[in-house]
Amino acid sequence: MNAYIPILLVVSIAVVFTLLFVVLSRVLGPSHRTPGKLTAYECGIPSRGTTNLKFYVRFYVVALLFLLFDLETVFLVPWAVSFRSFVERGMGGQMFVAMLVFFGLLVVGLIYEWRKGALEWE
Amino acid sequence: MHETLSNLPLLSGLPAQVLVVLAMVSAGGIILGCIAVGGMFFIWSERKVAGYIQSRYGPMYVGGWHGVLQSLADGVKLLLKEDIWPEKADKPLWRMAPLLVFLGAFLSFVVLPFGPNFVGANLDIGLFYVMATSSLVVMGVISAGWGSNNKWALYGALRGAAQVISYEIPLGLALLPVVMSTGSLNLGTIIQAQAGWIHNWHLLNPLFFVSFWIYVISSLAEVNRVPFDLPETESELVSGYHTEYTGMKFAFFFLGEYADMFVVSAIGVTVFLGGWYSGIPALDVPALFPLIFILKSFFLVFVQIWLRWTLPRLRVDQLMYVCWKVFIPIALANLLLYGVIRTVLS
Repeated sequence: MNAYIPILLVVSIAVVFTLLFVVLSRVLGPSHRTPGKLTAYECGIPSRGTTNLKFYVRFYVVALLFLLFDLETVFLVPWAVSFRSFVERGMGGQMFVAMLVFFGLLVVGLIYEWRKGALEWE
Repeated sequence: MHETLSNLPLLSGLPAQVLVVLAMVSAGGIILGCIAVGGMFFIWSERKVAGYIQSRYGPMYVGGWHGVLQSLADGVKLLLKEDIWPEKADKPLWRMAPLLVFLGAFLSFVVLPFGPNFVGANLDIGLFYVMATSSLVVMGVISAGWGSNNKWALYGALRGAAQVISYEIPLGLALLPVVMSTGSLNLGTIIQAQAGWIHNWHLLNPLFFVSFWIYVISSLAEVNRVPFDLPETESELVSGYHTEYTGMKFAFFFLGEYADMFVVSAIGVTVFLGGWYSGIPALDVPALFPLIFILKSFFLVFVQIWLRWTLPRLRVDQLMYVCWKVFIPIALANLLLYGVIRTVLS
């Protein structure tokens, strides 16, 4: 647990550091707020409409796929860590076959998405 | 660290708890200094390399020798610039974004092993921790894009998020064979497995060769570098998700990006290029370890800069094609192959 204390400390240092410099730049920098500066910069043309645009559904699909695949990768990590010790005890074969089932599911999922066209970007 | 401090005559009278806190604060300060100075150095070297690739000099005046202090001057300039916030911005999200991006890079620095005893936090799950903190950057990108209330920023953020989360999968899968071989996620242990002559480096092990290339290419996409710099394509999206940021807030995006470049390079060095070992046993003295580690990481950063000024940018569909239809199948096959070979050999 002690190993994580430096991380907590470093986080607080980083937060203090960034806030300090942002406040410092507000104090040191000029402030001439004109209406033109406060609008969104869209190549100099007055901004039209809202930002609540429809965007390409693929972004949503990719986020869903990521969720599945990343979770599956996370499940592979503990297996990978203990793989070596199992090999050394001569149980590598069993360990590997057990993982093949899960691995097969992962590959079947990828093939399914591929065939369904979820990975096509136009 | 805190033993070193307690040996100083000035501090010897202080109680142990105070010393521990003092040690941690100074360690945090060192990391912060490294990021600030290192980031500035990388920005300067990027401009120099770009200059020489394009047959010009790059910055030459500030600081005397080859404009070494150019980035410092730019930093001071950014500090003195007006802090403009767009009227329609979602203020809390918009303000939080540069902090999140910077924090993502900063947090990964804590576990980087510069030497056997020269590491901020020696975690048993170091590699996993780095993979987790590097995805914190996505939160910053998304909140910058959404919070800006600017169409270009939103498109840039969406592209950035899709890209970073997609490439995280081949990146993680490429590191797994090495984890299977060393049986540990501790970065120090992974380096110690590569001690001795250069042929012990994981890069030169034919089983990890594919992993290394998948890692290098995916890490370029992770840090939004060319040819994967779609989130900030300046010719179509102005500047992508950080279009609306000025002054110091922009500086933190910039510094975070360059610190991230160093982090992915350092992890590449740790996992594949022998970490703090030089590859020649006679040269492996503890005093040289941090130097060797930093030099190797600088070399990988240089490769990233070199690629930026050499390659054209990919399209979004090509980017997704390469990730999902090329890298993920290859990375899965690579993992499977490694498992089969290890099982058969045993």
